[in-house]
Amino acid sequence: MAIRFTVNGAAREIDVDPEKPLLWALREDLGLPGTKFGCGAGLCGACTVHLDGAAIRACLTPVGSVEGQSITTIEGVAALDAGRRVGEAWHTLDVPQCGYCQAGQIMSAVALLTEVPDPDDAAIDAAMAGNLCRCSTYVRIRAGIKAAAKSRGAAA
Amino acid sequence: MTAAMLSRRRFVGASLLAGGGLMFELAVPIAAHAADGAEPRLLTAFIRVLPGNRFVIGGKNAEIGQGAKTSLPMMIAEEFDVDWDQVTVEQTHADQSLFGAQSAGGSRTTAREWLPMRQAGAAARQMLVMAAARKWNVPEDGPTTASGMVKDRRSGRSIAYVDLAPEAAMLTPPDPSALKLKDPAQYRIIGKPIPGVDTPAIVAGKPLFGIDVAQPGLLHAVLETCPAVGGRFKSANLDTVRALPGVRHVLTITGNGEAESLLDGVAILAESFWAANKARESLEVAWDDSAQAGFSTESYAAQAATALGAKAASEVLRKGEPDAAFAAAARTVEARYDYPFLAHGTLEPQNCTALFKDGALEIWAPTQNPENGRGLVAKALGIAPEKIRINLTRIGGGFGRRLMNDYMVQAAAIAAKVPGTPVKLLYTRQDDFRRDFYRPAGWHAFAAALDGEGKVTAFRDHFVGFGTGEAPVRAGELPGAMVPANLVDAVLLEQDLLATNLPTGWLRAPGSNALGFVSQAFLDEVAEAAGKDLPSLMLDLLGSPRALAGEGRGPAFHTGRARGVIEKVVAMADWQGRGKLPKGRGKGFGFYFSHAGYFAEVVEVSVADGQVKVHEVWAAGDVGSQIVNPLNALHQVQGSVIEGLGQALAGQKITQVAGVVEQANFDTHPFQRIDATPKINVEFVITDNPPTGLGEPALPPVIPALVNAIHAATGKRVRSLPVDLA
Ligand code: FES
Ligand code: FES
Repeated sequence: MAIRFTVNGAAREIDVDPEKPLLWALREDLGLPGTKFGCGAGLCGACTVHLDGAAIRACLTPVGSVEGQSITTIEGVAALDAGRRVGEAWHTLDVPQCGYCQAGQIMSAVALLTEVPDPDDAAIDAAMAGNLCRCSTYVRIRAGIKAAAKSRGAAA
Repeated sequence: MTAAMLSRRRFVGASLLAGGGLMFELAVPIAAHAADGAEPRLLTAFIRVLPGNRFVIGGKNAEIGQGAKTSLPMMIAEEFDVDWDQVTVEQTHADQSLFGAQSAGGSRTTAREWLPMRQAGAAARQMLVMAAARKWNVPEDGPTTASGMVKDRRSGRSIAYVDLAPEAAMLTPPDPSALKLKDPAQYRIIGKPIPGVDTPAIVAGKPLFGIDVAQPGLLHAVLETCPAVGGRFKSANLDTVRALPGVRHVLTITGNGEAESLLDGVAILAESFWAANKARESLEVAWDDSAQAGFSTESYAAQAATALGAKAASEVLRKGEPDAAFAAAARTVEARYDYPFLAHGTLEPQNCTALFKDGALEIWAPTQNPENGRGLVAKALGIAPEKIRINLTRIGGGFGRRLMNDYMVQAAAIAAKVPGTPVKLLYTRQDDFRRDFYRPAGWHAFAAALDGEGKVTAFRDHFVGFGTGEAPVRAGELPGAMVPANLVDAVLLEQDLLATNLPTGWLRAPGSNALGFVSQAFLDEVAEAAGKDLPSLMLDLLGSPRALAGEGRGPAFHTGRARGVIEKVVAMADWQGRGKLPKGRGKGFGFYFSHAGYFAEVVEVSVADGQVKVHEVWAAGDVGSQIVNPLNALHQVQGSVIEGLGQALAGQKITQVAGVVEQANFDTHPFQRIDATPKINVEFVITDNPPTGLGEPALPPVIPALVNAIHAATGKRVRSLPVDLA
């Protein structure tokens, strides 16, 4: 069955089982492997993408359910102002260690900053607690979100 | 390096690149690192000098987040005398005959590579200086270098490295050991905070990891193995599964009985991972697990209790006169400690891609230990090692899990059954938890003898671990050189070893992650009995600065370096002022020496309603004279501290019923989350010792510091992990 939706601003159409999780549709059918598989059960956040701007877990989202909607992945998030700022902060502070969780961390951080432009530690912890970092880069994730918040309004 | 060694190597030297530029391949002898047990080898480092005076430096070690893909090229670039922003790093493939050891384990990389990497850079630089001197007809000691340029101050001439390519290509590399290396005061790259070379690609979501490997015609494989590790295949409904949508092959894999290599399994190959894994839901396998079904967490605990109540099966170490010292003690302190099996839970599940074609194998593997994998694959499949090419991908977390290469052998065994088709094997999270090489559980009955002055006169540990006969399992040894056994005159270490079907392995700071907890938490009890605090007791035990022999080929232990970090952290954490903390709040201390690194740490907690909150951690470490990359060094210590806190507080344990591991995902084997992350203060004590690694030594002390803090806050001793104050 053909399923149509928008990915990173571009119209896409794939013919797969609508039950297939969005995670695997992105990775296997749409050539976007930046979104990662960590647990397949909504427990780690590695697969976080945006559905119409909100952070969702792609491993638990049947691709058929996003028909007609708009998905943003790590490959396209830098096109958002908050995405660009988070990316820059992540680079400057060298947030990643192994890097595997970071696509999910960045997607959750961008969703947070879009909703709460200047979050405090409690807001950061609440928004990011679903994203596991096995390397424990949490000190820098907090700092990265604050740095990205601070650079709001700064020129691209 | 002798001429004979040089001539054995085809490419050593500099050669012109097609399209302009220059390729240096420089062989530098690397001293055998004692703990590797390896012969001295040659290391080939490569540097490509490209048009535009840009430089590509080979990164030879697998990157698991420990930072070696950045730090080793930094060492080369420093002595090559180029600017870091002129450099890009290219991951090499696995070939220890070319690159020397490429494993990422034991925090050994920094110590092993520190000299040869700098020598390789210096040798390449020297060739460019020689080339310029010839071109300009000046003495070789005249020209200087900076930022990829050779300059001659007297004549004011300067030339880019790339423009010296024709002349340099004619030269023979100098003897690296005869080169003068930079004075550290002149460093412009080493010692500077440098972000990871892959950080921009990670942030952009580029395919870097093993799971991202793409090949034309690739099939996706899932592998079912016996839930009780080691069970044998009997039968399965293979034809039913073959008929399911997307499924291309269903194969039985006959193992060799070794978990490190290959166990029996059923592989499902499909056009997508999802299709393969969905088909797996219909797979029904009958296993023979009669040899495994008797193993359980409950039975281990019962056997350990029995063993600790009886005379130990064997002595590991008897030093001095422990029996006499205990008989003469003014006071004896005794306590029992234990800790569970743990899983690694790397966030990228184990995976490997393999293609078998024309009798040769090509492998793409996120492995910490590629040559071990090559050997296992060669042996299991009967393929000559030189017919196996291993490409190294970035690795989504190692922590020691990927020192094992079972997933590589499995992928190769599956690929060998479908020649010409590349196959990517991927574990589900449940596979990853069930097919781990676990940190082994252990039980310790400690005793310490105190004399009338509160001095420790004897130390005893009756350890119950796992093993066969007197041989402990991997990562389950009781080392005679552990602190405090190496500091006390009369010592008795003895052990009983239980059988298990669970394969065990190295988890970040193996051995030490458990022994640090039990020994330093017990010593906190001893200190209390002696009317002291633990830092003071440790300083008493350490005595005057001197080197004590290490375990086997392990590093020596220097009491002065231990004193240095203890004194440092006591000052950093305002240890003496801890009496001013409010009720329900406390500070605890822990010290440990592991992987050649010295760390002392203080943890501050508060406890309310049985809930522990960690507020702040102070860590002081001594890993020698030079922190290669301070940014990454800080990451390693932060990561180790949080991981250690998680082992104690997140509720981690692997339990087993009827041979089968019960935990299947991050809900039942949790790791620390951002909301449990305290403030972490890190300082390094710089001493005149060769630099050593930082991936592990900061982890062990944080666990005893935590439980000692819980005691300070509540009066309760935590003698079993994970922490449960209910
Ligand atoms: S893979 Fe989706 S939450 Fe872990
Ligand atoms: S950086 Fe490794 S899991 Fe987060």
